[in-house]
Amino acid sequence: MSELTVTESTFSEPATVGTDSVPSAVQNIVTVRLPTVLRPQAGGQASVEVGGSTVRELLANLVAAHPGIGVNILDEGGELRKFVNIYVDDEDVRFLDKLDTQVDPGVEVAILPAVAGG
Amino acid sequence: MPVLSSVLELIGNTPIVDVSQLSPNPSVRILAKLEGQNPAGSVKDRIAMAMVESAEVAGELRPGKTVIEPSSGNTGIALAMICRTRGYHLKIVLPENVTAERRQVLEAYGAEIIPSPGVEGSNGAVRKAQEIAADNPDWVFLYQYGNEANPTAHYESTGPEILRDVPEITHFVAGLGTSGTLMGVGTFLREHKPDIKIYAVEPPSGERVEGLRSLHDGYVPPVFEKWGGAELLDGKRIVRPLESLEYTRRLVAEAGIFAGISSGAALAGAVKVAKKWNAEADGPATIVFIVSDGAWKYLSTGAYTEPLDEIAESLDEVIYF
Repeated sequence: MSELTVTESTFSEPATVGTDSVPSAVQNIVTVRLPTVLRPQAGGQASVEVGGSTVRELLANLVAAHPGIGVNILDEGGELRKFVNIYVDDEDVRFLDKLDTQVDPGVEVAILPAVAGG
Repeated sequence: MPVLSSVLELIGNTPIVDVSQLSPNPSVRILAKLEGQNPAGSVKDRIAMAMVESAEVAGELRPGKTVIEPSSGNTGIALAMICRTRGYHLKIVLPENVTAERRQVLEAYGAEIIPSPGVEGSNGAVRKAQEIAADNPDWVFLYQYGNEANPTAHYESTGPEILRDVPEITHFVAGLGTSGTLMGVGTFLREHKPDIKIYAVEPPSGERVEGLRSLHDGYVPPVFEKWGGAELLDGKRIVRPLESLEYTRRLVAEAGIFAGISSGAALAGAVKVAKKWNAEADGPATIVFIVSDGAWKYLSTGAYTEPLDEIAESLDEVIYF
């Protein structure tokens, strides 16, 4: 299912690639899935295409394209807010290399609010 | 077997079944701990019993008193069984988008259901229960997300049972809800087996929760923070509904275990670990994962019989963790 999503949005929305990413020499373009609560700040899109080879780069480019998202994800010190989880290929980056986690081409990144269970 | 004086004596001491036929790696055993064998049908019987006993010992809970708790189902059902046998009134704040079976079991045990908006998910139920508890200080608010008896129950029972039955364990995988199972079992196992790996799986619930005004309304259980979850866990991953369903069905079809949907998510996590495991370098491995409950409470979703894609989509709207 996730592979399909990447393929579809990569080919169907090429125009957003340029606007969503800060230009740089060579950059991965990956799909970032947004939770409902963040979609209004990204023009209502459920996912956006963003460039970057680490989560930190990716977020910088995401915020450059959609400034309203920034304050929701990162605190004043530029670190991930407590109630925000970021997943690279469905793995929580807090248990990988945090914002320095590598983002390989083709993987999907998801931003999700922390939610209770039980 | 001796005759028991109460159904509550059946809580705990659940069996572990080898389901290595589902392992993608011949050097990795996968073992399922069947928490659905508890009398009210889920792992939550353990923590419900521990929270009630702890409130009784503290003198807060006496027959005739009222208990209030937010729950997406299993904790509520466990409390309902216990409160019925102990003479307490129970009010459960329950999100509207849980299965009909969960609601019916609560009603059968005589619990009063206070609905909370489905779009707010479990976070909304927690918030509403906190407000109601504040307005009714004479009621007992057990608050599983912050109650020490929750992880302690797993530290004192589930963890020791696993080590007793599977001393060779190398990995533990369970679903993350209140985090009580992972914190209690994980802490106990790490103390006895420092090299053990502890992994959490969770559904992508936050993706669709619309009741959040902003990400600041997110929720990290106090239990997770107090027990050092960030340091205890070696990894945490999302398992999406389609993958959860596929592995739930495999548990039923290939191992005969009639498991609930979150159990499929835990198995999917275990399989991922097994695939990555390098037996040549690190030797054989033994993964224990938790089957939190049985399939009975999810039959109405069609999870076990209807076309996978359709069901996976509709599960986005249902709380099953």
